[in-house]
Amino acid sequence: MDEVITLAHGSGGVKSRELVEQLFLPAYANPYLNPLTDSAVLSVGETIAMTTDSYVVRPLFFPGGDIGRLAVSGTVNDLAVSGALPKFLSVGMILAAGLEISLLQRIVKSIADTAKEAGVQIVTGDTKVVEQNSADRIFINTAGIGVFPVGRSIPPQKIAVGDCIIASGFLACHGMAVMAERNHLGFQPAIESDVAPLAEMVQGVLQANGNSVHALRDPTRGGVAATLCEWVTADTDILLYEPELPVRPDVGAACKILGLDPLFIANEGVVLLAVAQSCVKDVIAALQRDAHGKHAVLIGEVRKGSGRVIAVTEFGSHRRILLPRGELLPRIC
Amino acid sequence: MNYNITNILQGIWKLADQTGPVAIMEVCGTHTSSIRQYGIPSLLPPNIRLVSGPGCPVCVTSSADIAAAIALASLDEVIFTCFGDMMRVPNGDVSLYSLYEQGRDIRLVTSPLDALTIAQEYPEKQVVYFGIGFETTAPHTAVLVEKAAQAKVRNLSILNSHKTMPQAITALLQNESSIDALLCPGHVAAMIGAEAFAFVPEKLQLPAAIAGFAADEILAAILAIMDLLHKQKLDCVNMYPQFVTPAGNRSALNLLYRVMEPCDAIWRGLGSLPQSGLQFRPAYRDFEARTRFNIEKTETTEPKDCLCAAILRGKAIPPNCVHFSRDCTPDAPVGPCMVSSEGACAAYYRYREE
Ligand code: SF4
Repeated sequence: MDEVITLAHGSGGVKSRELVEQLFLPAYANPYLNPLTDSAVLSVGETIAMTTDSYVVRPLFFPGGDIGRLAVSGTVNDLAVSGALPKFLSVGMILAAGLEISLLQRIVKSIADTAKEAGVQIVTGDTKVVEQNSADRIFINTAGIGVFPVGRSIPPQKIAVGDCIIASGFLACHGMAVMAERNHLGFQPAIESDVAPLAEMVQGVLQANGNSVHALRDPTRGGVAATLCEWVTADTDILLYEPELPVRPDVGAACKILGLDPLFIANEGVVLLAVAQSCVKDVIAALQRDAHGKHAVLIGEVRKGSGRVIAVTEFGSHRRILLPRGELLPRIC
Repeated sequence: MNYNITNILQGIWKLADQTGPVAIMEVCGTHTSSIRQYGIPSLLPPNIRLVSGPGCPVCVTSSADIAAAIALASLDEVIFTCFGDMMRVPNGDVSLYSLYEQGRDIRLVTSPLDALTIAQEYPEKQVVYFGIGFETTAPHTAVLVEKAAQAKVRNLSILNSHKTMPQAITALLQNESSIDALLCPGHVAAMIGAEAFAFVPEKLQLPAAIAGFAADEILAAILAIMDLLHKQKLDCVNMYPQFVTPAGNRSALNLLYRVMEPCDAIWRGLGSLPQSGLQFRPAYRDFEARTRFNIEKTETTEPKDCLCAAILRGKAIPPNCVHFSRDCTPDAPVGPCMVSSEGACAAYYRYREE
């Protein structure tokens, strides 16, 4: 096989075929993909969930993950928080000529491994190659289909006064890992991303306490702040107990140095849940049964109010949390 | 320091009961951001108002310096390095961020020495570092220059926009009656020494306290100020003695003044203030990026109708500005006070939504 991607790999000719047969097929092998027909023919239950997302992360590899793991986890998690059991994925790639095949191999392996971990099959895909300067090495798009287990209702995404807010794990790890790597911040040891597919954990919770889960979301870009700002309604407030927010010490220290608030930083291995007060303990226990939910903790509550998200500090003072704006940039003083 | 918050708050409320309205100005961006982060205004009695002063290095950088930064970052041979919060300051329709979006090589650094590493990594490029900030960051730039000189690194230069704090405070608060007391910056004081702030009670006739940056330290300093006001005593108390000595950090200052010397400088909103800036001494002058790249001094042009200048002087509040929250928002700032989260306009913008 060649060493780098050339425009010929996107030509639809011999080279394209080679790429599919020697790289993608062996990695993703499954009965839906193997026939290489124009579209995968799938049989699914009655109601399905479908989602798509594109991944353009730089750098391609970062401590704790890579663009491939991210592309699978991101889409799987979008399905998972809709209450669906992720089943099938498509993987589309835009490659820039000159990309080393060895690097592509690593990414494809990571995609295959993460898909396996998430229990999804990659059933269709597409590859385009563009000139070296018109794309940044590799962009990945994944689309996913999930099914709703029979008899399970879809979480309503509607929170009510009295609900409790739970975070399934440490916040801001992914965003800080990527930011540190991208800006060569050289923290020692490096901050690790928590990027992971969370469908199994979410299904565990829904099985045990489905009816008491009023809202579920993976707080990716914009972080916890963005999700909670969307969750409040005109007559509710969300109160966050700032000292309870789970932040790993290394991530907390990096945030301090850069003047960033972990509430605004992207997560890729965390879900937020709004659950009825009576079930908080059960839900936390259900989360903690999964490896990715070990650090699940109650972080806030929903009150009657006027559409505000408010952090209560360790001193009992209040700070309003507003929708994040623009890209987060580290500050100087 | 571990203070008893309840006692401090009780003390503040008790003293506030006996005074009229009190406006305390914090002159340090880090104080402004701690005050917001810890929600300190929500703990204070309503007659104590905290006012942000000229301590945000982003806000006080003149538009001429921003124009120079943009000119340098636009050059093909240049890798431009700076701290993140300078990226969005606009000059007309252009900012460093918009150049970055266009693919210009602009890199965020967290320490000036990163610029030296980059310069050594890319010998065929010219690396420019945007030096901004007060006495706390200037010595780091001096280290960068000294190290680069020792290592004979020829492809590194500095757009030097460093400033010193006491001159600005004086210029700002002379003949100013709306401010009752000053919260002095602990970091700057750790560098220049507590004695360097004696001019506040002596010259400006304002009580002051040098404060650390944790919520309890800020509150303890506010209590100390309330106490001075109550006793009608003009003094500057050092509430950060674990880091601030009377004479300051002599070795850092020696280093700084080995490389740089005072010069007049243009502050956004305050104009030219004598001896309030820092320039390289003759031996280090070729490290100045303006000279190396022949960047002409442009006239300082503030955005049309932007009130930042008046706001930095405490003469106007953000809602007085025609741009405020119309075409000037943190997403698309017209003036610098809207850029940094420490800027007055950005802070008002957030509170407007309360
Ligand atoms: S609102 Fe914008 S334009 Fe007006 S003073 Fe503030 S920063 Fe300047």
